[in-house]
Amino acid sequence: MGILGVSMSVLFRLQLGWPGESFAILETFLGKWAPGGVLDRNAYLALVTIHGTIMVFFVLTAGLSGTFSNLLIPLQIGARDMASGFLNMLSYWFFVISCVVMVFSLFVEGGAASAGWTIYPPLSALPQAMPGSGMGMTLWLVSMTLFVVSSLLGSLNYIVTIINLRTKGLSMTRLPLTIWAFFVTAILGVLSFPVLVSAVVLLLMDRMMGTAFYLSDIFIGGEALDATGGSPILYQHLFWFLGHPEVYIVLLPALGISSEVIATNSRKPIFGYKAMVGSIIAIGFLSFIVWAHHMFVTGMNPFLGSVFVFTTLLIAIPSAVKAFNYITTLWRGNIRLTPAMLFSIGLVSTFVTGGLTGIILADSALDVTVHDTYFVVGHFHIVMGLSAIFGMFSGVYHWFSKMFGRMMNTKLGYVHFWFTIVCGYGVFFPMHFVGLAGAPRRYYDSFSFDFIDSVMDLQPIISTFAIVGSLAQLVFLFNFFYSIFRGQPATQNPWKSNTLEWTTPVEHIHGNWPGALPEVHRWAYDYSNPAHDEDFVMQTTPLKDGEIGH
Amino acid sequence: MKLLILLVIVVGIIAVAQLAKIYQLSARLRGHREEDISEADTRLQGSLWIVFMLVLFGTTIWQFIRYGDYLPPSASLHGEAVDTLMSYNLALVIFVFFVVNALIFGFSFKYRYDKNRTAHFFPHDTRLEVIWTVIPSIVLAVIIIYGLQTWSEMTGPAADDSIRVELYSKQFDWTARYAGDNDEFGSTNFNLITPLNPLGIVTQDGIDQALLKIEDKIAKLNNEITAEKGHLLAEKLELERSLHPADDHGHAGHDDAHHEVSEGYKNNLENRLAAIDDLLESGAATVMTVAAYEAKEDKIYRLQRHRQRILELKNYELGEDLNAWEVGEDDRIVKSEFHLPIGREIEFIFRSRDVLHSAFMPHFRAQMNTVPGLPTRFKITTTITTDSMRTILDNPDFNYILLCNKICGSAHFNMQMTVVVETQEEYDAWLSEQKVYMAEKN
Repeated sequence: MGILGVSMSVLFRLQLGWPGESFAILETFLGKWAPGGVLDRNAYLALVTIHGTIMVFFVLTAGLSGTFSNLLIPLQIGARDMASGFLNMLSYWFFVISCVVMVFSLFVEGGAASAGWTIYPPLSALPQAMPGSGMGMTLWLVSMTLFVVSSLLGSLNYIVTIINLRTKGLSMTRLPLTIWAFFVTAILGVLSFPVLVSAVVLLLMDRMMGTAFYLSDIFIGGEALDATGGSPILYQHLFWFLGHPEVYIVLLPALGISSEVIATNSRKPIFGYKAMVGSIIAIGFLSFIVWAHHMFVTGMNPFLGSVFVFTTLLIAIPSAVKAFNYITTLWRGNIRLTPAMLFSIGLVSTFVTGGLTGIILADSALDVTVHDTYFVVGHFHIVMGLSAIFGMFSGVYHWFSKMFGRMMNTKLGYVHFWFTIVCGYGVFFPMHFVGLAGAPRRYYDSFSFDFIDSVMDLQPIISTFAIVGSLAQLVFLFNFFYSIFRGQPATQNPWKSNTLEWTTPVEHIHGNWPGALPEVHRWAYDYSNPAHDEDFVMQTTPLKDGEIGH
Repeated sequence: MKLLILLVIVVGIIAVAQLAKIYQLSARLRGHREEDISEADTRLQGSLWIVFMLVLFGTTIWQFIRYGDYLPPSASLHGEAVDTLMSYNLALVIFVFFVVNALIFGFSFKYRYDKNRTAHFFPHDTRLEVIWTVIPSIVLAVIIIYGLQTWSEMTGPAADDSIRVELYSKQFDWTARYAGDNDEFGSTNFNLITPLNPLGIVTQDGIDQALLKIEDKIAKLNNEITAEKGHLLAEKLELERSLHPADDHGHAGHDDAHHEVSEGYKNNLENRLAAIDDLLESGAATVMTVAAYEAKEDKIYRLQRHRQRILELKNYELGEDLNAWEVGEDDRIVKSEFHLPIGREIEFIFRSRDVLHSAFMPHFRAQMNTVPGLPTRFKITTTITTDSMRTILDNPDFNYILLCNKICGSAHFNMQMTVVVETQEEYDAWLSEQKVYMAEKN
């Protein structure tokens, strides 16, 4: 799905960078979507929509919390397996079906859903409004429902496992931050995804059963519709009630992974463990009361807008605490620059850079001028896209030996990292300037406006970076698959890390540990503790006489 | 061409695979493990952070120089406040961006691995943590208070003497409406929209016109489906059975009285039968699929409901204020370009016909969604005329612009209107020339 999502972005970046230019190769691959080698308008909107959907839900949500939770939760809490293997399997298969439906929706009459990944009605509710609001939209909604079921089942399983199956001695305050992040993420998912389902089901009913939850006073296709009394704004409230926690569902696991990777590779305890846990919980809580900052210009009561300005900017405080704690962890560390570590450091940088522009967007008065422009696109791609994907890569490089018993190639990892961060910044940083100049997003062609002419020479630059950055991912794919089969066989604890997963044997066995479950005596971050000779102390190491435990 | 590309890809993959193999073999010979980062690598990667930092900061500064004056000065009063707010916020953001990123990249370089050094054990420090909780809190408090002040000024109620302009959106264009001499907008209803009444303004004539239109459509559709061949044939069969019931039963000797029908009724059936035969013979009968037939039936049903809604509107009790429906008669409707006077407060009222759109006027720092069924509003005070702005920018072709900024369909990117700001006199002259709604009805 990830490959699909990235390829789509390359396709529409071709159009945005060089509008109307003919690329013969497009017609070869896309057929009627790109007659004469120029991307069709409706196909452009479909690509933008499906790129967003796939990336947010199928890559970042499923790829981070889905895969890493299932891998790391049992290993890091000393459990034989997840609490319910059955839920796990159901969650997996629902996800597969959901992917199949989503991909299938590309090929139906009228094309895939095209109303943007937020699919605001009435555009998404009325097949007569655009071709993509036909069968493609119905399948989108079905696929999303299946996805939510999958995600809910998974999340329930994570919560139960973390609460019930921690091994002896592993109190909540000794949990690695990865597990804390997965835990809060799962809670966010359980509380917010059902709201998306209700929004989606109501939309399906508006489409198919003649209800009017979101529709009112509409005259379209030469015809006045029956619907009265509904409100399109209602959909936005429901959607963003999931939509905003979703940002943190994506981001928190990445932050959890980077906490672990940064501590291990700085050979230092993560700075301010309690503050880190506290900020994860605070961010989780606040994420539920900020959703309407996506709606400052929808005609919502301005006073309500001010409340959301306040809560939204509050989130900056725990985020700042996290960023400063990361930096202090790096300070006077002994940093091993492994590919995983590079990606984690990159994450801290993108998290800060992207988060900062969020301060501008959260200010309703400023949002009016940059809402729905490229500024927003730049902001969320850096803070949520790049950060999350960096966390994901970091996790893959770090725990690859736990997944496949082999090591990934370090040199290729370096190449991959530098291309990715340079191109990542190269694509999304200039977008802020394009947006400040007022260029609206989701425009098929933004070259025909005098007032943004001065920033349009950035468009081809952005597109070039996007293409190079996407190609660089081939290095990762090659490294990944090559290493699965031919990588260097791993040792038990290659990174000299403290947590429990490194006490399991390299080869996979049922129940994770051959003998009894390990017993935990200390927290996960005793790196370079002066009381010990080695610069790391496994969590299973008993306290020395007189040593004060954590 | 395709073959060539494929070939290049295949060769590329093979080349990388071979390189990796050689690298791996040599690594094994040297006894190198992937997790051991060599000193050379540490040095290289550490320095790359510094290089990256310099490039990032350098290009950031370059972009500010090159693209920093992204928008011309604000052409509205609140926009000036917004711009000031924006520059303070941007300055803060940029400052933190440079400092924090410099720390991240700098530390990554400075504290890179050295086997002779141990990391400093430093699990927490309450004082430090309090400092960087409190400082952002204070800074954010300032931002929040300042921001909300601007926000509440922007969104407060419009002054009594403000000029009200309605902007109406549909796929894929804008229409502006100005109140007529009575200074009052006529009320609107989406059921009354016709080509002559694009905004659905409620007037007695508007209602009659819309009803006529619907009657026309219903009649046309009725004609089409009553002349459908398959249905005519079926009806003919039915009629013949009613007229000659014996054939149907297939056995004689039944009590004839049982089937007796009045002469008049029989005549009716026969007339209808003749009419059907005429239709079939004249060739006027049409043929359509079952689906098409049902779609037309369905359409008629919907039109009837539409008519019903208009009739309900017509019967609506107006009480004493019988003229309420006529205030819209002198409303002025404007397409493709609308004008505003300088130095006046303008209250925009936004409505939408079909889907969500967003009225985005970047030069006035104004943006508001248009929502079907929910009028929204935004007020601005104009400060710079189009002519002055042309002088300021030294661009004789400059025009203010109204764009759609909420995805609304295939031509979303091409839904715009020109805005002209001019002196009060020019504006008055322009407005008096504009088309008065219902003017062409006579």
